[in-house]
Amino acid sequence: MSTDAEIDKLVRREYAAGFTTSVESETLPPGLDEGVIRHISARKGEPEWLLEWRLEAYRKWLTMTPPEWAHIHHPPIDFNEVSYFSAPKSMADRPQSLDEVDPELLRTYEKLGIPLHEQAALAGVAVDAVFDSVSIGTTFRGKLKEAGVIFCSISEAVHEYPDLIKDHLGSVVPQGDNFYAALNSAVFSDGSFVYIPKGVKCPMELSTYFRINEAKTGQFERTLIVADEGSQVSYLEGCTAPMRDENQLHAAVVELVARKDAKIKYSTVQNWYPGDEEGRGGIYNFVTKRGVAYENAHISWTQVETGSAITWKYPSVILRGDNSVGEFYSVALTRGRQQADTGTKMIHLGKNTKSTIISKGISAGRSQNAYRGLVRISPRAEGARNFTQCDSLLIGDQCGAHTFPYIESRNPSATLEHEATTSKVSDDQLFLCRQRGIDTEKAVSMIVNGFCKEVFRELPMEFAVEAGKLLEVSLEGSVG
Amino acid sequence: MLEVRDLHAAVDGKEILKGLTLSVKPGEVHAIMGPNGSGKSTLSNVLAGRDGYEITSGEVLFEGKPVADMETEERARAGIFLAFQYPVEIPGVSNMEFLKASLEAVRAAQGKEPLDAVSLLRRAREACQQVNLDQQFLKRGVNEGFSGGEKKRNEIMQMMLLEPKLALLDETDSGLDIDALQVVAKGVNALRSPDRAIVLVTHYQRLLDYIVPDHVHVLAGGRIIKSGGKELALELEQKGYGWLTGEEESA
Repeated sequence: MSTDAEIDKLVRREYAAGFTTSVESETLPPGLDEGVIRHISARKGEPEWLLEWRLEAYRKWLTMTPPEWAHIHHPPIDFNEVSYFSAPKSMADRPQSLDEVDPELLRTYEKLGIPLHEQAALAGVAVDAVFDSVSIGTTFRGKLKEAGVIFCSISEAVHEYPDLIKDHLGSVVPQGDNFYAALNSAVFSDGSFVYIPKGVKCPMELSTYFRINEAKTGQFERTLIVADEGSQVSYLEGCTAPMRDENQLHAAVVELVARKDAKIKYSTVQNWYPGDEEGRGGIYNFVTKRGVAYENAHISWTQVETGSAITWKYPSVILRGDNSVGEFYSVALTRGRQQADTGTKMIHLGKNTKSTIISKGISAGRSQNAYRGLVRISPRAEGARNFTQCDSLLIGDQCGAHTFPYIESRNPSATLEHEATTSKVSDDQLFLCRQRGIDTEKAVSMIVNGFCKEVFRELPMEFAVEAGKLLEVSLEGSVG
Repeated sequence: MLEVRDLHAAVDGKEILKGLTLSVKPGEVHAIMGPNGSGKSTLSNVLAGRDGYEITSGEVLFEGKPVADMETEERARAGIFLAFQYPVEIPGVSNMEFLKASLEAVRAAQGKEPLDAVSLLRRAREACQQVNLDQQFLKRGVNEGFSGGEKKRNEIMQMMLLEPKLALLDETDSGLDIDALQVVAKGVNALRSPDRAIVLVTHYQRLLDYIVPDHVHVLAGGRIIKSGGKELALELEQKGYGWLTGEEESA
């Protein structure tokens, strides 16, 4: 009874990152045709080959239909109501350094806890800040360059490292891979590019912070990370958006290439605006993330998904080389009317390839949370191994948790293990905590954090604490 | 310290306690005995303030204040501790983390600073030692994979750390072998003090061989039907509950 009262009080919790930055933006009118794509490409001064590549993707997209197999429901999206490019006007004359960037933009990131001035920045973390369709700056570029590491926006990389881009763009997620990847390939605006040369261990954590600001605008970022032979990198992305009543589209593509013996650790803390309690507004997050691991290479995805009205993403690993390793650690939390359909694909092609999947789904309110995963063992993947563990935690009795594991094994020597559990935050657990003096809110956050522990310990230390806090904020008022 | 006056209480709308009166003073140890279904566990849950256990009439005063006005956690912070009959597991939350959160909440309510990490760990280790619980248990999830006996000892360990004013032990002896029972009793006896009261809720008298009560009450049909000294427990052991409940019926 008392618990219910607390819930009601807390449910209308504010979304902390929900403010809007008032900057003058230049935004393309809504609608999509070849002209829009040409405009985006021209605006970025792109070479002819890239424009052609975009147009090719667009023509493929026109022949495709949105996927309907996911456990999500939303009215059809009118792709002509979305604006495909928006950038602060002040960014038009391309500031050469962060000092020249509009202070209002820098303040936005400061407010989000991401100071971009290197003196104030989190030590040991380089940040690329993407605001709507453009990168406003990247910190510590000089220091990284000394180590031979390239970290810049993908728009700059197109000009400065055209060969690397040409070789790798679309090499992991082809233009026509799926409906949203095709759309992204046609209109992608900005995102990060990372190259780690042979044998180099990246001296800092790299991170990109994505911010959607402008209304009625989609964000279509594209990130490409290439880790050359024997190199190592840890990369983290964060995302937030203002609170708005209408839905906004975010369709990103992330490609990872881990050459022989390389190691890529990719972490996401996703906190896009989830919409209000009634399900008004929020980001539609349709994302394609995939990595290819060559011989002995190691790709690890860790995600903490707490935001978005709808999350549709399956960070995957193609285990191409022998002895390569793929990992997926996920916490997906849904509350209110949020819907998540997320998981991974582990495609075992090489011999003795190994994959691990740990998925923790937490559902509260009236949300729906689905794990969807595929483990495929190809005929020549001798000795492949997979371990999958999917746990669901329910808070209250109006939410849903679903598990859709697919296994396709074409090699009898493979070893596959699958474990799944569903549990509830029980009244008994809450009573035990409260009887020890711990209030309900703290108790729930403790129970949920305990449930997620295996995933949190995979996050870079600087962000594990952050993720824990995010979960606390997201959960306040979800008890019931 | 605890005054229960003509308490009527219901669980899910069904009246279980029907006019229970009980007075517990600091320094005293009371045993509440009774057959299954007599309302023993209901009493512990009502006192601790579990959701769904409703006081329909009468009153419960703790240090002069009506507990009905206090939330579960407020009662805990004021010094009411319930050792559970079936302690629940909280996977992934370490015992240490749990103890820290609990102690911080209780101390904050008393206007005390949180203990620093070193003192906390030292105290927790001492408490473990007193109930023969390996220190490794501090790192494990709360009650996660513990045996029945370990769970009960874990409860007593928490009680020793929290140093409550009023300790309620709900069937703490159930499921314990004789060695574990002695360990638990040793822990409880160590907590006996002039300013602390202990209420043992139990079906059997064997616990009372090790924790000798000052007062024994027989609970039946939601009321205390007989009270006496420690010898009453022995009488019950010999005669069972039938003669009392029977006497009640014919009276």
